[in-house]
Amino acid sequence: MAVDQNLKIELGKQGVFVTTINELYNWGRKSSVWPMQFGLACCAIEMIATTMARYDLARFGAEVFRPSPRQADLMIVSGTVTKKMAPQVVRLYNQMAEPRYVIAMGACAISGGPFKQGYNVLKGIDRYIPVDVHIPGCPPRPEALLHAFMTLQKKIEGQSLTGEERPRHLDAEAQGLFPVPEPGAHDIEPPANSEVWHFPIIR
Amino acid sequence: MKTVEEIKAAIEAAVPGAGVTLLPNASPSGQHSLLLDADHAFAVAKFLRDDADLTLDYLSNVTGVDWLDKEVTEKVKVAKQVPKEVDGPEGKQVQMVEETVEETRKHIEPGYLEAVYHLFSMKKKHGPVVIRMRTKNRTDDVELPSLTPLWRSAEFQEREVFDLYGIVFTGHPDLRRILMWDGFKDHPMRKDYVEPDDFEYEPTAHDKVLERHKQHMAKTGPGEQPAAGVTA
Repeated sequence: MAVDQNLKIELGKQGVFVTTINELYNWGRKSSVWPMQFGLACCAIEMIATTMARYDLARFGAEVFRPSPRQADLMIVSGTVTKKMAPQVVRLYNQMAEPRYVIAMGACAISGGPFKQGYNVLKGIDRYIPVDVHIPGCPPRPEALLHAFMTLQKKIEGQSLTGEERPRHLDAEAQGLFPVPEPGAHDIEPPANSEVWHFPIIR
Repeated sequence: MKTVEEIKAAIEAAVPGAGVTLLPNASPSGQHSLLLDADHAFAVAKFLRDDADLTLDYLSNVTGVDWLDKEVTEKVKVAKQVPKEVDGPEGKQVQMVEETVEETRKHIEPGYLEAVYHLFSMKKKHGPVVIRMRTKNRTDDVELPSLTPLWRSAEFQEREVFDLYGIVFTGHPDLRRILMWDGFKDHPMRKDYVEPDDFEYEPTAHDKVLERHKQHMAKTGPGEQPAAGVTA
């Protein structure tokens, strides 16, 4: 289906623009990913720096941080997710409209980081919601967040609109709601969503 | 500022019947503290705040300490009647003789929870004066008087101590959990707190983490099984 790259360039020189619906659609999607305005800890400071003039996330079409999950496409989990906060993070994710993406920013959001052995820190937000891009670092520099954002854009660009690999919003069967963990007597219940997370396999 | 001994004497003069014990600190800082009995602690604290010489108007922090039950072994010399063969007029003979014998005795000193307050004076620019209070035990008799009516800065910190150690501050205006959620049952900073088994693989596990890793693996089986509590 894809247009031959050389032919496309040749036609372009002649003033003819050729594309596919797939390409055009994904180009539109990747160029206006609106993140949700929400920060959890110190990584949020780096996230704020990324949006400011020096690093300027607006270059990538992501300048509008929406204060409502209903209007946001991207959730940047920036910082430590405590067990007290985890149900709220999952609930916010559930409230976002498809297509939606998640960047887990920093050591805490991807694994619990330096607080991994703590009693009130979730060992990675990927226990409850599907994460598209993980960024290590404590905190990651704004360049790392930009890199993560570009990785996400590449991922969106590469998505096919049909077939098995199509994005979730084009799949009527796809899971939309992710169960919100309940605060229990000793831990949040359940400790992980087995639909999205499994205990790491050690060989 | 007055020395701790002088403060102790001043307290005993001002609050009759107050039990104040001096707990010396052997470290170079020499920050000795005063252990107050819970019944008079509020009156003593009020005196420390309002006394013209001390004017400890600023409470900088409240800390909890968990002291577990500890087994104490001590050697005691006991006088005992011991049978012994003695040369008597009719040959050898058994007779009871008193002897001192050394015995090792073990007893368990019950644990307690402790709240430590650091007081300063903004007006007089001195401090800290460290006061402590101890509960009767670690399980059911865990009440201490709240000092929040005297220093508002104690409010959140006493809530934190209540949350993490389980000391119940009587007279606190709003004693709820502050860091953990409301339905939470444990007190995570207590030394006998058992963490939920949400263990994850550690690439460089050692010591305690390695032990936890082994325990977790014994429970869930190696590798491919999901973590405990996760229903596939």
